[in-house]
Amino acid sequence: MTQSVVVQGELQGRVGTLSLAADRPVPNGYSFSLLSLIAVGQCGNQIGCCFWDLALREHAAVNQKGIYDEAISSFFRNVDTRVVGDGGSISKGKICSLKARAVLIDMEEGVVNEILQGPLRDVFDNKQLITDISGSGNNWAVGHKVFGSLYQEQILEKLRKSAEHCDCLQCFFIIHSMGGGTGSGLGTFLLKVLEDEFPEVYRFVTSVYPSGEDDVITSPYNSILAMKELNEHADCVLPIDNQSLFDIISKIDLMVNSGKLGTTVKPKSLVTSSAEALKKQHQKPFDGMNNIVANLLLNLTSSARFEGSLNMDLNEISMNLVPFPQLHYLVSSLTPLYTLADVNIPTRRLDQMFSDAFSKDHQLIRADPKHSLYLACALMVRGNVQVSDLRRNIERLKPSLQFISWNQEGWKTSLCSVPPVGHSHSLLALANNTCVKPTFMELRERFMRLYKKKAHLHHYLQIEGMEESCFAEAVSSVSGLIEEYKQLDATLGTPVEDLPRLSVAV
Amino acid sequence: MSIVTVQLGQCGNQIGFEVFDALYNDSHCPQGLCSKRENEVYQESCKERFFSEEENGVPVARAVLVDMEPKVINQTLSKAAQSGQWKYGQHSCFCQKQGSGNNWAYGYSVHGPRHEEPIMNLIQKEVEKCDCLSGFFIIMSMAGGTGSGLGAFITQNLQDQYSNALKMNQIIWPYGTGEVIVQNYNSILTLSHLYRSSDALLVHENDAVHKICAKLMNIKQISFRDINQVLAHQLGSVFQPTYSMEGSYHYRRNPLGINWQVRPPLSGLPPLGKVSLNRELHFNTSIANLVILRGKDVHSADLGGFKDPELYTSWLAPVNAFSAWKTQRAFRKYEKSAALVSNSQFLLKPLDTIVGKAWNMFASKAYIHQYTKFGIEEEDFLDSFTLLEQVVASYCNV
Repeated sequence: MTQSVVVQGELQGRVGTLSLAADRPVPNGYSFSLLSLIAVGQCGNQIGCCFWDLALREHAAVNQKGIYDEAISSFFRNVDTRVVGDGGSISKGKICSLKARAVLIDMEEGVVNEILQGPLRDVFDNKQLITDISGSGNNWAVGHKVFGSLYQEQILEKLRKSAEHCDCLQCFFIIHSMGGGTGSGLGTFLLKVLEDEFPEVYRFVTSVYPSGEDDVITSPYNSILAMKELNEHADCVLPIDNQSLFDIISKIDLMVNSGKLGTTVKPKSLVTSSAEALKKQHQKPFDGMNNIVANLLLNLTSSARFEGSLNMDLNEISMNLVPFPQLHYLVSSLTPLYTLADVNIPTRRLDQMFSDAFSKDHQLIRADPKHSLYLACALMVRGNVQVSDLRRNIERLKPSLQFISWNQEGWKTSLCSVPPVGHSHSLLALANNTCVKPTFMELRERFMRLYKKKAHLHHYLQIEGMEESCFAEAVSSVSGLIEEYKQLDATLGTPVEDLPRLSVAV
Repeated sequence: MSIVTVQLGQCGNQIGFEVFDALYNDSHCPQGLCSKRENEVYQESCKERFFSEEENGVPVARAVLVDMEPKVINQTLSKAAQSGQWKYGQHSCFCQKQGSGNNWAYGYSVHGPRHEEPIMNLIQKEVEKCDCLSGFFIIMSMAGGTGSGLGAFITQNLQDQYSNALKMNQIIWPYGTGEVIVQNYNSILTLSHLYRSSDALLVHENDAVHKICAKLMNIKQISFRDINQVLAHQLGSVFQPTYSMEGSYHYRRNPLGINWQVRPPLSGLPPLGKVSLNRELHFNTSIANLVILRGKDVHSADLGGFKDPELYTSWLAPVNAFSAWKTQRAFRKYEKSAALVSNSQFLLKPLDTIVGKAWNMFASKAYIHQYTKFGIEEEDFLDSFTLLEQVVASYCNV
């Protein structure tokens, strides 16, 4: 049955670039395309927690009248807490109590418990949690096979419930790390479940990759086993490097502590610190790093939530940035990270923002896109930036970037009017670039060093359903991916020629 | 005679608003530079074309707004209502929750059939409000998913359902350097389908309008709003009433009356490769031109330059190929203004470029899986390429 929506035309209230539905009566039966965040494992939940904190603050800053509007509804339900059971959802009017559209999954209780006791406890209810106590022991097989089968029904049930509350679920965001057991194993198990149960809903995965010096010895096994699942069941993956995040935070600290140019940290900045972490700045080093990833997700979804002169929905990201199904790994870079908001340095020019986005310092993964091949690139801009600014900067930056022959003008752009809190504009660049190849090759290298010696394999093989062939298939999947990137790289430097066209009779 | 406008997608709706705003503002402009009676007749004519009457007297645009996501329509409706001077109909919108993802196949094969009934019903309602329907004005972009794909589908439907009414599509040609990566695919699919069902394609290139904003208007930070307003101004100056044969006080009843569907005769084609030595090689050859003059001294304006046979093809004489419409009533306070609508080779280069780029991408099969997922197969692409290569060749040989 088609669902058509009839919109009332009479409106009052101010209309400007930043106004939302503040004074407008929301018509009946009007619900929006929605996003759901699933955090799996310790890392995933820590990032998730930062995300919800930032999301709430962003919406609070933008929506000053406390009306439950379309933008908020994308990430939050509005619930009348006096109503017991499931019937409490309110679709319009004043904000009563916001509940995050989230599912929190962890096989240890520590992180989730902390969240539930912290300032965000009212944003989640226990129907959204799946926890266990024993943990996955940094073992992908435990996460994937043991907990996967144990919790499959529960997970499905909670997802179906959360999907029930939305008329139209656009996208699942999964956050996890690759190197451990729960996030890596159970997180990727989840992908298959989502694909079967909700085949039309996009699966965006934010994956934190382990660095070479990761203290989990078996992280290469976990990562490669997880990569196979990402290759086959994710629509889009944003690989994140802990090392890159660490480097960014270090640079910010350096700028702040060096007292350069009379720099001071602005208290309202959302870029690196949540309110809590600001107080205990060096006690929780991961918080700053997690906030960066949280900002990534916030900016990624901004054009879908807020208005602008050139909107970009999440399905457009996949459409434009994934030319071939397997090649769906995107390098992200975010700016500003430490200008303007965090530190009082002279305002940088708008154009500098674009240059920064293409500087390695702003990437969330260590890679060298400028010396590799771009398959596609998306620029998602927020704030008072217009199409002429976009075009001027694309013209300026293009010559230093190499695009594949059949996509010489491969730019996807969006303009969202609402800037992030504390900034006048921001830019998120997502690139599908062959520069991810070395990351995967390194990972495979570390995997092979362990696998050749059969080190620690027994921990995995003793799990029911795990065989050596699982390992062989996984590394083969990653090798296939690397090979595809190699073939594309081989075209680097070859002259771009136009192909002969169809000749037709007139 | 009335025109029903169908606004599709973000681009279509953003532009549509500016067009109606421009039309309204012009028709209510106090300085018409003409007599009061003249002004009144002009206003009446404009109103009949583009607005319908409502109980409280506020004119309602004869428009149907369609989009697959809600944000833009919301904004459009609120901007119109805010002006307090004109508005869109309360029940004139069709909206969904999740866009077309820049996917022509999704717009055409999924949204089209799924929402055909309610959308065509809305259009029917709007048509019924007209005493006499002249035709449809469909505003859409080529680069995205809704305007392009759903727009092509709806135009086809209009062709089937209202075969006697004229269909003119306002298509927005995207910037050369990407707004959307798959814009060339979306464009060739759109154009090839529209060629089969539309009567006229009115083209505006983002790059060209951008240049106008930058060079002629000196706007520093050009926004899409600036671009849309220039577009709306141009369209307004084309669509506002002009005198019919009877002269003053009688406005042309058929606003889309020009016969743009001029096809070269099948036999008697001039031999290919013939080059006239007198031809000005830097002029695009025109098939037909329409000049619209508004304001002071329209009757004494010298249009000789437009009648030069060098501008035209050999098989259509200037007397048939060239038309001029005039009115003394000034447009938007401009003492004199002129507009040129041209069916010529001007689009040859941009069209050729788009086809070339799409072809290169198609050869690598990049992004094709996104289209086949929703039922647009490689053969459909090849059909589109074939048709457009024929169009390119036809215009080349003009």
